[in-house]
Amino acid sequence: MFKRIKPIIKKEIRQISRDRRTLAVLIFQPVFLLVMFGYALNFDVRHIAIAVYDEDKTEASRDFLNSFLHSEYFDLKYYLSSQSEINAMLDERKVWVVMVIPKNFSQKFLSGQEAKVQILVDGSNASQATTVAAYTNALVQSYSIKVLSDLFLRKRGMTLALPVDFRPRVWYNPELKSVKFLIPGLMAFILTITAVISTSLSVVREKERGTMEQIMVSPVKPVELIIGKTIPYVFMSLLTAYMILGIGYLLFDVVVKGSQFQLFFITLLYLFIALGAGLFISTLADTQQVAFQLSTIFGMLPTFLLSGFVFPIRNMPFAIQLVTMIVPARYFLVALRSIILKGSGIGAFWHQVVFLIVFGILINALSWVRMRKKRL
Amino acid sequence: MSEPAISVHNLTKKFHDFVAVNKVSFEVGKGEIFGFLGANGAGKSTTIRMLCGLLSSTSGTATVAGYDINEQPEKVKANIGYMSQKFSLYDDLTVRENIRFFGGIYGLRRAELKERLDWVVEMAGLKGREDSLAVELAGGWKQRLALGCAILHRPKIVFLDEPTGGVDPVSRRNFWELINKLSEQGTTVFVTTHYLDEAEYANRIMLIQAGEIIAGGSPKELKETHIKNPILEVECDKVVMAMEILQRQDWVIETTIFGTYLHTSVADESEGRERIRQTLAENNISVKRMDRIVPSLEDVFIYLIEKGPQAGKAQVG
Repeated sequence: MFKRIKPIIKKEIRQISRDRRTLAVLIFQPVFLLVMFGYALNFDVRHIAIAVYDEDKTEASRDFLNSFLHSEYFDLKYYLSSQSEINAMLDERKVWVVMVIPKNFSQKFLSGQEAKVQILVDGSNASQATTVAAYTNALVQSYSIKVLSDLFLRKRGMTLALPVDFRPRVWYNPELKSVKFLIPGLMAFILTITAVISTSLSVVREKERGTMEQIMVSPVKPVELIIGKTIPYVFMSLLTAYMILGIGYLLFDVVVKGSQFQLFFITLLYLFIALGAGLFISTLADTQQVAFQLSTIFGMLPTFLLSGFVFPIRNMPFAIQLVTMIVPARYFLVALRSIILKGSGIGAFWHQVVFLIVFGILINALSWVRMRKKRL
Repeated sequence: MSEPAISVHNLTKKFHDFVAVNKVSFEVGKGEIFGFLGANGAGKSTTIRMLCGLLSSTSGTATVAGYDINEQPEKVKANIGYMSQKFSLYDDLTVRENIRFFGGIYGLRRAELKERLDWVVEMAGLKGREDSLAVELAGGWKQRLALGCAILHRPKIVFLDEPTGGVDPVSRRNFWELINKLSEQGTTVFVTTHYLDEAEYANRIMLIQAGEIIAGGSPKELKETHIKNPILEVECDKVVMAMEILQRQDWVIETTIFGTYLHTSVADESEGRERIRQTLAENNISVKRMDRIVPSLEDVFIYLIEKGPQAGKAQVG
């Protein structure tokens, strides 16, 4: 059996290495995406430009302002001197946020009344605006609590610790850097693209050129052909996966906390599914163009949108959450994040492993049945 | 001759309601060049694909090299070579790599592969171009390389599905010389074509139309059986008008345009010559030349298509 698989593997590797353009895409795409996600598409919001119009100009108002500027979230860019400047600030996109402290701020504040502060946020980037609004809210809240307790204690002439000392600590990704969260997702995404698209294209290309027919009249069995064709792509996909990890380490200090063996196993398991899906698509498509479109619709898009890679699943509408249940990348991603970020063992994600095994057997059986029926 | 190389009984292929091949039966002897003729869509390729195991048959049986196509497809595959009109080679591999790949999947050993590689390169006239990519080869060379790859494993039977499509006349002639050599060495060659001049190279011909065999025999037999009346080739002016006039005469059996001449079939040669000259002269058409010709397979083909039981159903390609 291996006697006939060997020439197929050799031929496939020759073809891959000769197709410079595809090879370049396969190598540079992960690097490009990683850098893009890591630097440009950073979902963290920091150093937000802010302009302040302080009508009150008292110690209290300055104190309030300082509580804002001491955080690394806001940078004071402009100190406004009239109401009329506010619109221009936002319209010309000089700042994201404008804070207006009214004249009676300290007066109301000190007399124990409700003091009002106006915060204007540029909502043209909705997701960023939400984050900014949340930060502002949190800062105002914490400032209020501090003032309230100070006031309370001063009146009684006492000192007292706050009953609850709220010091949040984020585990697994202490700096809350989204790039760390993105690297496992990127691995899943790129593996899907490489495995699904390249297998389906390589099979369909043989159909288009008629070489498939030439192989089918030879004593090569379909299973030998499939093994011979997929082995090179398994290696290439693994190479890509480890390249992403390497770049992740070099550029973003992402280290694999868990077991390397488990990481390898789960990646191989996912490749089994992705290659099966690629084969299945090649039984549906007769041209490379159709194969590419099907791979995009059923491979790339769900992995990007529905796996939890970019958009958290728990924020999705219920119906969409149900759909994500049949996206294998979702389970792969949970396992990957567990291994890479948390360093947890298989006990934490064995559900996912079971699902991936079931899905892998199903998709491969399905494509096998279709292949036999169509004789490829 | 002992048992035939190919033996087909009532082979049928249906695609839903459409019957592509209808109860076809024939035998091909060992070492024969067997020409399978028919218009496009007549069922040639469907038959060849069933015999090679690329397509399952709806009913009927066939043995190829002594093995049943439905029961022992693996044995069949090991004993046949197949080449289609697409010249299915890997464009992005070199001549040598293509040969090595096909040799590899047929399980050729290293020493044997080396010997066959030299043979194919020599046969296809590709000496010195072993490292060129297949995509860079012109039609004729590509065709011979494809043939070489199909017969690397020295199959007993070679199936050629319209092997000369899109190839220049000189290459076509060279190709047929190769086919003749193969046949001399004892290989059975099963070839489909719609070039009727090529069919003259075949030892035996089978004519298929609308999925049914309508005639068979050697080219000579076919001509003698079906064309009993003399055929006169007439060179004259206003050919189309002349044809229309002659078609109306009840003493003319058949008349068709062949290029710029007319082929007219009559019951008696000398009487026919006289009547044609006279009839055309009455219509102010002057005859420049008139010769009795040996009928070509094209004459036979057209005769059979028009007289055939399914006449008019198949489009002549």
